[in-house]
Amino acid sequence: MPLLEVDDVVVQFGGVTAVNHASFEAEAGRITGLIGPNGAGKTTCFNVISGLQRPTKGAVRFNGRTVTRTPVHRRSRQGMGRTFQRLEAFGSLSVRDNVRVALDIHRGFRGIIKPSASDIDGLLERVGIRSYADDRADAIPTGTARLLELARCLAGAPKLLLLDEPSSGLDETETDDFGDLLEDLAAEGMGILMVEHDMDLVMNVCDTIRVLDFGEVIAVGDPSMIRSDPKVQKAYLGYSDVDVDKEPVA
Amino acid sequence: MDTFIAFLIPGLFTGAAYAIAASGLVLTYTTTRVFNIAHGAFGMVLSFVFWDLTIRQGLNVVLSLFLVLFVIAPLIGFIMQRLITRGLGNAPVGVSLVVTVGMFVGLIGFAQQYWPEDRIEPEAPRFVPPFWLTFADGDGVPGWQVAGTSITGLQLITILSSIVVAVGLYLLLNKTRIGTAMRASVDNPELLRLFGGKPDNAAALAWMIGMSLAALTGILLVSVVGLDYFGLTLLVVNAYAAAMVGRLKSLPMTFAGAMGIGVFESLAIGYSTDSPLLSTVRPAIVPIFLFAVIVLAPQAQLRIGQVKGMVSAPVPSIPRMGIAGAATLLVAALFVTTASDVRLLQLGTAATYAIVMLSLVLLTGYGGHVSLAQLSFAGVGALTYAKLDEPNLSGLVMATLVAAGVGALVALPVLRLTGLYLALATLAFAVIMEKVVFKSPDLGFGSGGAVEVERLSILGYRFESTGAYVFLMVAFMVAIGMGVLVVRRGVVGRMLIAMRDSPAACGTLGLDMRWFRVGLFASSAGIAGLAGALVAGLRRLTGEADFIFFNSLPLLLLAVVFGITSVTGAVLGGVGLMLLPVLQAETVNVLGSDVKLGGLMFMVIGIGAVLAARDPNGLSNYLFRFGRFLERRLRARIVAGLPQLTTPDGLAADGLTDGRTDGGADETAVHEPAPTGVPLGKVVSDGAPARG
Ligand SMILES: Nc1ncnc2c1ncn2[C@@H]1O[C@H](COP(=O)(O)OP(=O)(O)OP(=O)(O)O)[C@@H](O)[C@H]1O
Ligand SMILES: [Mg+2]
Repeated sequence: MPLLEVDDVVVQFGGVTAVNHASFEAEAGRITGLIGPNGAGKTTCFNVISGLQRPTKGAVRFNGRTVTRTPVHRRSRQGMGRTFQRLEAFGSLSVRDNVRVALDIHRGFRGIIKPSASDIDGLLERVGIRSYADDRADAIPTGTARLLELARCLAGAPKLLLLDEPSSGLDETETDDFGDLLEDLAAEGMGILMVEHDMDLVMNVCDTIRVLDFGEVIAVGDPSMIRSDPKVQKAYLGYSDVDVDKEPVA
Repeated sequence: MDTFIAFLIPGLFTGAAYAIAASGLVLTYTTTRVFNIAHGAFGMVLSFVFWDLTIRQGLNVVLSLFLVLFVIAPLIGFIMQRLITRGLGNAPVGVSLVVTVGMFVGLIGFAQQYWPEDRIEPEAPRFVPPFWLTFADGDGVPGWQVAGTSITGLQLITILSSIVVAVGLYLLLNKTRIGTAMRASVDNPELLRLFGGKPDNAAALAWMIGMSLAALTGILLVSVVGLDYFGLTLLVVNAYAAAMVGRLKSLPMTFAGAMGIGVFESLAIGYSTDSPLLSTVRPAIVPIFLFAVIVLAPQAQLRIGQVKGMVSAPVPSIPRMGIAGAATLLVAALFVTTASDVRLLQLGTAATYAIVMLSLVLLTGYGGHVSLAQLSFAGVGALTYAKLDEPNLSGLVMATLVAAGVGALVALPVLRLTGLYLALATLAFAVIMEKVVFKSPDLGFGSGGAVEVERLSILGYRFESTGAYVFLMVAFMVAIGMGVLVVRRGVVGRMLIAMRDSPAACGTLGLDMRWFRVGLFASSAGIAGLAGALVAGLRRLTGEADFIFFNSLPLLLLAVVFGITSVTGAVLGGVGLMLLPVLQAETVNVLGSDVKLGGLMFMVIGIGAVLAARDPNGLSNYLFRFGRFLERRLRARIVAGLPQLTTPDGLAADGLTDGRTDGGADETAVHEPAPTGVPLGKVVSDGAPARG
């Protein structure tokens, strides 16, 4: 049974259908790519999965349980972590305190009684932003802030990571390191569902890919299949060639 | 049946007026996502303008009506949208609340200043005659007889106006391009822009129409309510309730809600002569109704994609905190031993306000929630302390706990809701307290009444002299200030700020914010309650007039202006608020004539809040920056003066010179945006819509 199942989800905003009968899944220990042109409904899917958006129709199952109506924080406690395309770092706090808050929340009441001290710098080290530890989170570069959001998620030791365009703002070496990190995390058994515009990264690290267009899943397969799928090429045509489609300028 | 109809018709009249007000409110909210708390205040000012034109200047009524409704009001609306509320819809709701509350208070001040109550003008009575006052039937009663009751011309005009407004808005929103844009811009401004729409024009039009509707409501009601700064302004609470029935988006539901409220209220007034219970509760019917509709509102989804990083006040180290506290106490001790009784009372009052503002530092500064009822909580504390008649620590603790409990009771029903709804719930609560509970002879102080209070004694020592008592108050203020800072330094403080910066991230990290919020509300209300109990003891007499709803608003605004994110700001704000009535009583000589400063001070506060709202760190932030600048200069000079000392760190106790202890939270001023990135607070979407 897959770790995450999105089952026939529909999301409508007034007259706009952002997600249109989308079904897909993500497995533990694997990296699943979710790609599609701008406005395809990827972020909306993430919001539905994490509970920030109630679907008009359809269901979400996580870890064997239906969570369609479960509140956001409870899904997180069941092992869902996510990052945001539009950053949601705690701007008034330092980078270290961002992670500290995440750890304290994760530890719940124990966190309030006995605040966490260790682990934090280890997490920052792991995502490679240790040198920013004392900076205010609203004064660090975008790419760094995305890594911070990842570190914050990892503090909760999630079973499933939802990453929304995590590599935008990173340079090439940073992106490579980031890809390695994702592979390590997956090897540890974490399921990763990633929305990403950087096709090189997607093709390199993803075990399997789902393509979304106008809210519908139009293709499913491993990177080589996706690369040659005519429907995918058509969806991307007019944006740029599928193979070299880099993150559009932020 | 006849009496029923006799009550029904005035109900339809007020309902129609509420409907006009509420539709303006809903229109501006749906188009710009700014809930205009000042809607009623604009209506009040514009009806004063109407009175000024017709009665004072002697202008023709129809011409004046045209000028106010179609020239002055839209112009003001346009200016407000362009200068003040633009972009506010995307800011955290606390910001737009403070801005509109600022306009509210500023407008009251403007009206008080420009049309002072005590100015005698025999040729211009403060009175607007009702429109179309006819005695058509010749029976000496105005209006026409219908089913045994009379309908006046004004009532008829009001009901007809509401129908015209309803039809007009329907046509505008559904049959015109700009109307479609107005409906669309709240859903998706970026999408609208993509299709060539101009959300800014739609917003401006919404504010212009909203303002005209506010003016229309005011002018229709002014002959009934009278030219009363507060009476006219607060009528809008009824409109809030109606707007909530329409969930802030449906105009038909809003109209239905307004009519329902008008009729229900009128029936309650009519039948309350027979029922003592009903007549005490009657003034609270609409606020209770408002509260109920809020409670029934659907759960709001957590918003994503707002500006982050609101709090930048420094967090002092423990030694630094201790020194500041000790210094405050020392100054207070010197003051207390030398000052006159009048000055002592002033200092005590300042300390009270400072404590109430400290409760707001916790709730609003750190937690990001706006309360419009902080003085009502103080009133609960004062009331408890007075009624318990136990002038010792246990009485004080009880006062704090009861106020905290009441705070929790206000927050509990709205557990699922946040932001605007929570703020409106506190507003409803404050009105209920003022109109019913505090006035009640059994539960409260009694109408216009006051209760005698004894001063506190602790462990057998009675703080009988005013000097000793005031010193005790300052000590409480210092202790609470330190308490707030200790919270800020700890786990809870970090979580509060995290919730303020990004509720969505907190949720996805697993934080259940609902109970946290109730706890926060309760603590904040408890602190305010403690302040109330203390000030009751100071004055030895406390009454309902000390805790009227309106006074919570300048308090909130001054806290924001002085910096609601820091203890320093709260203390300065407390002094400022204490000085307010002192300054309001001043007269200055302008061009040879004496001008009272009364309303002007409210204007200053209102404008200050409008300017400061976007940066809640307020004036004290400049103080901190200046302090850091001085420290750096001083340190450099000492280092230069003492070349034999090699390590500058050895110069002063490190806790003194190094303000940054909590993750460099105070170092904003020196942060350069990193070269490769955009600072997070200003990140623009990479192609996603505003709330993608
Ligand atoms: N809160 C909202 N209200 C109205 N429409 C919305 C909302 N959120 C998203 N949409 C619309 O839904 C569609 C899908 O948006 P979504 O953000 O999910 O796309 P995406 O695939 O993440 O795009 P991108 O690659 O630009 O991030 C878009 O047309 C968008 O305008
Ligand atoms: Mg997206």
